[in-house]
Amino acid sequence: MTELTSRAPSPTGSAPARNIGFYAAWGLFILAVILLPLIFRSGGSHTTFSLIGIAAIFALSYNILLGQTGLLSFGHAVYYGLGGFLAVHGMNAIAAHGLPVPLPFVPLIGGFAGLVFAVVIGWVSTQRAGTVFAMISLGIGELVASSSLILRSFFGGEAGITTNRTDLPALFGFNFGPQIQVYYLIGFWLVLSAIAMYALTRTPLGRMCNAVRDNPERVQFIGYDPHVIRYLSFCFAGFFAGIAGALAAINFEIANAAYLGAVQSGIVLFATFIGGISYFFGPILGAVVVTMLQLELSDITTVWQLYFGIIFIGIVMFAPGGLASLLMMHRPLVRAGTLPMVLPAYLVAIVPTILFACGVILTIEVLAAYSQGTAASSTIRLFRIPFEAANPMTWLAAAVLTIGGFFVARMTWRGVTAAWDRAMMAARERGYHA
Amino acid sequence: MTNAIEMRAVEKSFGNVRIIQDLNLTVAKGERHAIIGPNGAGKSTTFNLISGHITPTSGAINLNGESIGGLRPFEINRRGLSRSFQVTNVFAKMTVWENIRCAVLWATGHRYAFWKNVDNLPEVRRRTAEILEDIHLTHRRDVPAGLLTYAEQRELEIGITIAGGANVIMLDEPTAGMSNTETDRAVALIRRLTEGRTLVIVEHDMSVVFGLADRISVLVYGNIIASGTPEEIRGNPKVKEAYLGEEDH
Repeated sequence: MTELTSRAPSPTGSAPARNIGFYAAWGLFILAVILLPLIFRSGGSHTTFSLIGIAAIFALSYNILLGQTGLLSFGHAVYYGLGGFLAVHGMNAIAAHGLPVPLPFVPLIGGFAGLVFAVVIGWVSTQRAGTVFAMISLGIGELVASSSLILRSFFGGEAGITTNRTDLPALFGFNFGPQIQVYYLIGFWLVLSAIAMYALTRTPLGRMCNAVRDNPERVQFIGYDPHVIRYLSFCFAGFFAGIAGALAAINFEIANAAYLGAVQSGIVLFATFIGGISYFFGPILGAVVVTMLQLELSDITTVWQLYFGIIFIGIVMFAPGGLASLLMMHRPLVRAGTLPMVLPAYLVAIVPTILFACGVILTIEVLAAYSQGTAASSTIRLFRIPFEAANPMTWLAAAVLTIGGFFVARMTWRGVTAAWDRAMMAARERGYHA
Repeated sequence: MTNAIEMRAVEKSFGNVRIIQDLNLTVAKGERHAIIGPNGAGKSTTFNLISGHITPTSGAINLNGESIGGLRPFEINRRGLSRSFQVTNVFAKMTVWENIRCAVLWATGHRYAFWKNVDNLPEVRRRTAEILEDIHLTHRRDVPAGLLTYAEQRELEIGITIAGGANVIMLDEPTAGMSNTETDRAVALIRRLTEGRTLVIVEHDMSVVFGLADRISVLVYGNIIASGTPEEIRGNPKVKEAYLGEEDH
């Protein structure tokens, strides 16, 4: 997909000429949404793809705030959750009264629910950006999450509110019982929402969101009220979060307090940041990675949240632009054809880096086994190699891999930096800067 | 004829500290008016008062005959006043092109529109290209503003200020930190771009002030002690004593 700050159109040309890469990227994205479930046919992968689709819409909506407008929210799940609850109530009402509304339109209920709450809450919370906004979002998140346990008739208390998506009228013979049909419903809304959110960045409002992010003070002196810009941005973010929440409600056939809690707000922040906030497609990458981690990691290890935290800290420290920036920094090299200059260095560096990672994983797993009192009986499998947690040889291996791997990896990464500089220099000489 | 800017008995206090007292300033339409004064005299505060960055404690401020005291900066900007900043104040991560385009959007009536493609607005594109040409930054249009040289950023700063087409332009030390050649270039630029508009400028470089301004006001301790043509100011004993005399030491 295209980068956030896309090239400005030629002032002389009648219409901005988009490059082929731009359309190719969108085409590939849409193709992937359509084809992936046909390639991976198991029910499990259809469930995974569904969750990724929901997470991608949610993370993209979060990036309207964080990446586009510079607003760090700790309570974005409020609009996701309320969208989910309103969607469930809407589905139950449609089923109960026999209304002629098929399931594919239900996400609009969630979207408008998110929008309405954002319209009401946003005016106050977007008065200021920065810490004030972050704190208000945290407070409102807690407020809504706690009231969800108090207002039982609407939120259903601990158990939540259930629904049955197949009770709604069928559309073209689809009753959305099978997961694959639900997936395509989610995929349809993912493509639609992604295009809409991208288009939003290319409007006068979208451009001014970036201006407010960069310099809210200056915006006031070119005629704009930064509060109004933040507020409108917040409303759009609430709308698309509501759509994601409604899709989650359709997928799980339930809405409960977890939808709008701090954990959900935290996960969307993680996903967006890990994916990268400065490119439009970053949050989609983040949604893929974080959803996969949540699903896969929790099967492999009991302390998966620890790894999750380590990955997040690693990204913040070493790649603050997220995965998208890591990818995009190679673009000038690819264009200039100097990428082969860094690949050998990468190949050299990856071996000790993996060994170092294995050392860290072994250490964590041994410590986890001891702290859970299961050390005597537990076996850690790393690349199918069994390690006894209680065996001193395992401890030795962990220590050697961690310490040795760290020093060797550090050396090889210096080689990567040097190779990178040479490749970049060569790219500049060929006239490719960024 | 109404004046472009009129300040009457304006006072500004921060707590008990009165930093501007009984400030009276008149800038006629179409005039190039310089405000000079020693450091800490309140020149930037005067700018901030007029542009709405800070609100006056008391007194009246008029823009083209209309009261603007207490209005927010964007409301004042929409009434036709635009200012630059002493410390470069651009949109650092956005390209030069986008910086200027943002400054054009409100004036061309697109406001908060979220239903128009910003790349398909011919009027916006034309004006942005014109301004870029005016400030000699066309060849740097796709560079993020944060990566420009200092002198280029100062030119962009001026470009953003004039892009909206305001009829009153206020420049806060536009040549500060520039070399002599850069200063000459900037002065020529300012002279050309503010043709037919009202200009209020704060400047330390006396050659710029006396070369550019039709009228000069001298601000000392939050009070205008003299206002007149460059010749009048040069010959004014109070000014010599309070400000220009300093340069003899």
